[in-house]
Amino acid sequence: MRQQLEYLKETPSQTAGPYVHIGLAPGAAGFEIYGQELGWDIVGPNAKGERIRVEGVVTDGTGSPVKDVLLEAWQANADGIYAHPEHPDEVEEGFRGWGRVITNFETGEWGFDTVKPGPVMGRGGQMMAPHVNLWIVARGINVGLNTRIYFDDEAAANAADPVLNVIEWERRRATLIAKRELRDGLAVYRFDIRLQGEDETVFFDI
Amino acid sequence: MTKPPQPGDFYQRDRRWHPPALSQDYKTSVARSPKFPLISLENTASEITGPVFGQNDINATDNDLLNNFAQPGESPIGERIIVHGRVLDENARPIPNTLVEIWQANASGRYRHKKDTYLGALDPNFGGCGRTLTDENGCYHFRTVKPGAYPWRNWVNDWRPAHIHVSVFGSGFAQRLITQLYFEGDPLIARCPIVNTIPDPAAVEMLVARIDMNAAIPLDTIAYRFDIVLRGRRSTLFENRLEGN
Repeated sequence: MRQQLEYLKETPSQTAGPYVHIGLAPGAAGFEIYGQELGWDIVGPNAKGERIRVEGVVTDGTGSPVKDVLLEAWQANADGIYAHPEHPDEVEEGFRGWGRVITNFETGEWGFDTVKPGPVMGRGGQMMAPHVNLWIVARGINVGLNTRIYFDDEAAANAADPVLNVIEWERRRATLIAKRELRDGLAVYRFDIRLQGEDETVFFDI
Repeated sequence: MTKPPQPGDFYQRDRRWHPPALSQDYKTSVARSPKFPLISLENTASEITGPVFGQNDINATDNDLLNNFAQPGESPIGERIIVHGRVLDENARPIPNTLVEIWQANASGRYRHKKDTYLGALDPNFGGCGRTLTDENGCYHFRTVKPGAYPWRNWVNDWRPAHIHVSVFGSGFAQRLITQLYFEGDPLIARCPIVNTIPDPAAVEMLVARIDMNAAIPLDTIAYRFDIVLRGRRSTLFENRLEGN
């Protein structure tokens, strides 16, 4: 008798479509319905570390801003610990590490307030440079795109980062490095995402 | 009791089962699809962990779209349906306590969204979004109205089949998934350029909810069954240096 492998297949992805806000950010769609929307507060009030803002715009293959995108961030705390039950280490009370943002419908700009994450242990005991994991969905995107935000003031850690170093095309690594500036004393990192074409952002199959 | 998934890498996603990024007939994908291949990563803590949600994050009635936007004593117009099913992984293990979010048009095919200008009427008693957590067996359920088909600017006479958008988390960020639920027997499914981004007809079948008379409430609400499968995880039979060593 032939042995059978009894694995299920993953449910196939479909685009989030133009009205993703109704489900995941109904206030932006134009109506209040939930007691609280999820994802607006990534780190809570007690998070250690440097408070930062991350901003950018997503552009398509024509260079036009994508104004109906939704992004989700997933990051560790300043000690490099994720808020997840498989990591028994405690994170600060109120630290979720997950956020959800949408673009401005007129300009395509998005941004979120968080703390700068600490380095996280990677595979084989190699330390990963501080980064925020990002997942991007929108009309025209059939399967959510995964990428990572790294920070340009972490040059030494970035140079040793095992994930950045998997990218054989050295020039493409720069597409994952957010640029720091100070605005009224607040550290703001600029991270523009190019879905296609010149300086196309690196996307990962995770 | 089924044992919870053991820590380990997720199975590689089958990118030939999912739609490709570029599908010419779904026109918006043409300028929004990366030209370079995805860079494949082995999982790290960044991918195998993900956000956790609890009952404090939502209200118990958030899964009842017949009531969560309706005026007191009123109901939305349309076919009253229950949508229920289980969230499983590829090992057929239930995924408990995970967030399932849905959104949809009303019975006219009109979305409550300031960017939707379709002629179909808004329903003053229907918002069109819901959310819930799976129970300990991975089960979830919603109550809503069956959405209507609606036109969209792709080819000039394209109509989306009736569908409900579904968002699921799982236990790790690498399981994050958004998809669409279709309804058994809808003749628009086979014509839809978005459905047809999926290359394998067997994969399309996974998105078609089945009418479920056993779950219907007689003289009240008909039911559809829709199971969701997220990526499975390796058991760590032989460790290949995920962390530490």
